[in-house]
Amino acid sequence: MPILDFLYKPKNELEKGGRAVAPVQADQGEPEKTCPNCRKAIPLSRIWANANTCSCGYHFRMSARQRISFITDKGSFNEMFKEVRSGDPLGFNGYQQKLETVRAASNEEEAVICGSCEIGGISTMLFVMEPGFMMGSMGSAVGERITRTFEYATEHGLPVVGFTVSGGARMQEGLISLMQMAKTSGAVKRHSDAGLFYLTVLTDPTTGGVTASFAMEGDIILAEPGATVGFAGARVIEQTTRKTLPKGFQKAEFLLEHGFVDAISPRRYQKSLVTLLLKIHCGGDAL
Amino acid sequence: MSEMDAYEIVKKARSSGRYTGIDYIKGIFNHFFELHGDRRFADDSAIIGGVAYLESMPVTVIAIEKGHNARERMQRLFGAPNPEGYRKALRLMKQAEKFHRPVICFVDTSGAYCGIGAEERGQGQAIAENLCEMMTLNTPIISILIGEGGSGGALALSVADRVYMLENAVYSVISPEGCASILWKDSSKAADAAECLKLTAQDAKKLGVIEDIISEENMEQPEFFNGIKDMLLEDIFELNSIPSEYMLDERYNRFRAFGRTEL
Repeated sequence: MPILDFLYKPKNELEKGGRAVAPVQADQGEPEKTCPNCRKAIPLSRIWANANTCSCGYHFRMSARQRISFITDKGSFNEMFKEVRSGDPLGFNGYQQKLETVRAASNEEEAVICGSCEIGGISTMLFVMEPGFMMGSMGSAVGERITRTFEYATEHGLPVVGFTVSGGARMQEGLISLMQMAKTSGAVKRHSDAGLFYLTVLTDPTTGGVTASFAMEGDIILAEPGATVGFAGARVIEQTTRKTLPKGFQKAEFLLEHGFVDAISPRRYQKSLVTLLLKIHCGGDAL
Repeated sequence: MSEMDAYEIVKKARSSGRYTGIDYIKGIFNHFFELHGDRRFADDSAIIGGVAYLESMPVTVIAIEKGHNARERMQRLFGAPNPEGYRKALRLMKQAEKFHRPVICFVDTSGAYCGIGAEERGQGQAIAENLCEMMTLNTPIISILIGEGGSGGALALSVADRVYMLENAVYSVISPEGCASILWKDSSKAADAAECLKLTAQDAKKLGVIEDIISEENMEQPEFFNGIKDMLLEDIFELNSIPSEYMLDERYNRFRAFGRTEL
């Protein structure tokens, strides 16, 4: 049963199917990226073909659009609430300009993309945060889009799958962005009280106000290997406590060990795992 | 009211001469009995909670306590709660819901405690859970920010039907120093950041984040605490007189409204 592949752990190199799929060979002049884990230079096309992972297991960051095409059934994604954009509620010095620059550079209007889709044939609402837009920081528009996603799901009896990546609340929106933590949490709670399923996948990095709200409120919480997940920043903790941080501090595996995520989910098996969990909670045929 | 600039207010909000949570509890309530522990890991002395009478009405009181002298401040981590503090607060709120007692929170923190243990025990998860559970807690909740309202650590006790701020309290998503060092790589520009962040009580009221500002004019007089007591009684009477579903809808909509209008 290929869908249960993620439960299967190879015992040796042979079982894994040999060392590498094929020797890494760049086309002439193809741009490469060096893997920060194994230090090998890998051609970009190879990285993309493996859902932004290196053969050593390192997970590169993924843009929201890329992730959507990776996780949803082909052609099923229907973007919603894209008219919701951040204003500048405080008139914060330089924020308007920053937004324009980021919009032009990222080709996105905001730091989260929401919509309806099917995953493994199951209808679900989906939100995916965008690391390229002010590192997925949560301002009023991010909060509003996510809140609407949950409200829509509650109204239509749909589950929600969410991929988080965020530096936290967007400080240029001050108290209004802080209030998004309460607003989104309220919408998650109503969705939960309606007996509906919410799955979060924490990706690198998920921190601050997003960790302290909807990221940690899933019925089931998955995390990608090696993802940094925490509330306070590691550097700030080091400076305030003047203590050396333990190895692997705030990594996904550290959270698993301390009981704050249900499982580590490598991208390779992610779609089948998400499908399985959706099916278990939302009916559909047994596998 | 005050003509001070924002950073002066920040300094006032932090000053060690201010009333702390305990002072408000003593000044407003009778027969306060402190309850300890989150029943999961420990008792966090940065948060005090318990039962008391507000006039003749039983209530649950929760306060972040910074401490009055150096020793106490060290012990209470300067009012920076650990996850067990938020979990204790939630336990007491659930208890209040069960026995139909209103919940009154006094908030005064530079932020949730920033440490290795706090992360190991799920600071983010603890705050997130409070935000969720407070939104549907079926009893009136009133929060008063008495000094510093530091980000998520303050919000975790402020998802309430009514939120008030003392005249010289501040409420912010990030400390002015933190904001300045991230945005301009220069924490000495904190005063500018304080101005930009709109963190004073006046600003919070304009943004609709709080219902009203509590004047600090007669702080030394008994009228100060009596004024807060009357305000609490009036609010609780109002909240108790409406059907609870309506109260919870209002609470939801109170927070739902932020960020809807700026679009």
